[in-house]
Amino acid sequence: MDNLSLLMDGFGSVLTPQNLLFACIGVLLGTFVGVLPGIGPAMAVALLLPVTYGLDPIGAFIMFAGIYYGGMYGGSTTSILLNTPGESASVMTALEGNLMARAGRASQALATAAIGSFIAGTIGTLLVVFFAPALASVAVEIGAPSYFALMVLAMIMVTSVLGGSPLRGFIALFLGLTIGLVGLDLNTGQPRLSFDQPLLADRIDVVVVAVGIFALGEALWVAAHLRRSPLHVIPVGRPWMDRTDFKRSWGPWLRGTAYGFPFGALPAGGAEIPTFLSYLTEKRIAKRKGVDEFGKGAIEGVAGPEAANNASAAGTFVPLLALGLPVTATSAVMLAALQGYGIEPGPGLMTDQPELVWALLASLLIGNALLLVLNLPLAPVWAKLLRIPRPQLYAGILFFAALGAYAANLQAFDLLLLVLLGLLGLAMRRFGLPVLPLILGVILGPLMELRLREAMAISGGEVSGLWSEPLAVVIYVVVAIAVAAPLALRRVRPAPSDVAEELDIPAVEEEKVR
Amino acid sequence: MSTPLDTPTTAESPRTAPGPDRDLAQLGLAGTLVVVGAYTFYDATTLRVGFGDPVGPRVFPYVIGAVTVLLGVLLAIATLRGDVAEAEGGEDVDLRQPADWITVLKLVGVLMVTVLTVSFLGWAISGAILFVGSAWSLGSRTLVRDVIVGLVLSVSSWYAFHEGLGVILPAGILDGVL
Repeated sequence: MDNLSLLMDGFGSVLTPQNLLFACIGVLLGTFVGVLPGIGPAMAVALLLPVTYGLDPIGAFIMFAGIYYGGMYGGSTTSILLNTPGESASVMTALEGNLMARAGRASQALATAAIGSFIAGTIGTLLVVFFAPALASVAVEIGAPSYFALMVLAMIMVTSVLGGSPLRGFIALFLGLTIGLVGLDLNTGQPRLSFDQPLLADRIDVVVVAVGIFALGEALWVAAHLRRSPLHVIPVGRPWMDRTDFKRSWGPWLRGTAYGFPFGALPAGGAEIPTFLSYLTEKRIAKRKGVDEFGKGAIEGVAGPEAANNASAAGTFVPLLALGLPVTATSAVMLAALQGYGIEPGPGLMTDQPELVWALLASLLIGNALLLVLNLPLAPVWAKLLRIPRPQLYAGILFFAALGAYAANLQAFDLLLLVLLGLLGLAMRRFGLPVLPLILGVILGPLMELRLREAMAISGGEVSGLWSEPLAVVIYVVVAIAVAAPLALRRVRPAPSDVAEELDIPAVEEEKVR
Repeated sequence: MSTPLDTPTTAESPRTAPGPDRDLAQLGLAGTLVVVGAYTFYDATTLRVGFGDPVGPRVFPYVIGAVTVLLGVLLAIATLRGDVAEAEGGEDVDLRQPADWITVLKLVGVLMVTVLTVSFLGWAISGAILFVGSAWSLGSRTLVRDVIVGLVLSVSSWYAFHEGLGVILPAGILDGVL
């Protein structure tokens, strides 16, 4: 129970009035930005990064934790009330959630989402407390060859397994790797891809990349396709649940958590698969019980996927903290934020800076609890945000994106980069290129090169040094399976994303199940 | 505008009646990938190899550049075979309408004004111009309200960064006033 006492120390450093204030601000800002239509959690975190610039690391982490969970919760509020999920992870929540809202049960849908998020987030974070240190103690032993292999694994998983089109995934990944090349070479100090610009030789700030691709790219893409007819927003009162709702929700909450955490913790991460599995499971169980309200607004269909989503979000902290591997867009932005504080997530983090890690984990638990306390009463206020007129909303997003990119280094040149990256983000959305592989390439590319050179230096230039460790060999086998399995599976049954699309028309899916 | 966006329409217009299911704009993206990859490769050849470093600074860009070129070629082949991009949906995105690139151009113009002016006008003014210009580009016609909102946003963010975060955004011509 060493971990628990360390966690208590973490609470000790976090629980000061000032830090609690930061946590509250983080939760409120995170939810505020997350609720805004068109802004997913990753973009919320990217946009709010500059808010933490002036804080010490612990204060900043606490605020992040709030922003992180707040942004996630805000996203699900939007998808329930608008039926247009801002990100793939809340597609499943939106299905039944919006049906509930239309049937006049918006309050219950928001309540079960909030409480489910809290339960899943708390259990998930506690599991991180137990798993991450164990993994990290193993990870310290990992040598450069295996670490290189792990990064290959993360990239392959995110690019070819999760996305719909592997070709597009790899295009995005290599664009990201190219951006990651820009700047001084780590060993020889020569500028690469810098066009003789000293500001480029300084490397492109990951925050600028994240804000440009997520926020600016999205705003420009929306500008090109702005919906001229206003969306119908469902009015909502204070969220509440009665005893029956509770009885129907707690099972899905726990099952959703059980699905979500392992998927988040694996380098194959992502919340699409667990939310989808949770949805199917709850539907099946409801049918067996004979109270199948799916397709008419079943509370189980909100409780399960929402819990799965949050548990997976907590799970992503395991590879992030123990290995320095981000597996979702949001955790990639979090990693960028940690790097901003000179903290290099990776095997050494847990041993080098334990007090920071435990403070972060403690703040995640606090942020999660605050989320519940603050957001249940505030839901009607958040719902009003959905009515902000779109020109002003997106003008505001551009304003804050520019502010964030500019405040990082106070260079007008960064703003120019931001615009160029925003155009790249726009093109990616136009051509259906996934965003996550690009961000991963930008962040992991330089680390990967570093490990490759280390491994080769150890082996004296022998390429066989790359598979000189047993673990590295195992990982390459997993990579091979990961590449081969989807190809084989696709022949047997359609990809999960295709099935998910079919679910948009519940009647069609209904027939398939029978 | 160095992105693939502007290349396709001009480059592909002379072509005779492509099938409606082909996304020829993607060839512009494919071409850009080939150019970017080739330049990355070329740039790597200009690097000097250091001592005692078996990998050296060239290997990574060689691999990345070569694969990027390859991906560009693969994308071109896929496009000609009828591969169509699945444009991304979203809360405020209506994909049934044709894309409105004029609005995008206006926004890019407004952003460029911010890039060029922020150093001497200062954030409080440039930021407000950014907000008002973007809102106007996106179709808002409540100019007075937008100006007020924009000024409040930019001035309050200047003070919030100054007082709260210790980040001093440039005051520009308002130096001494703020």
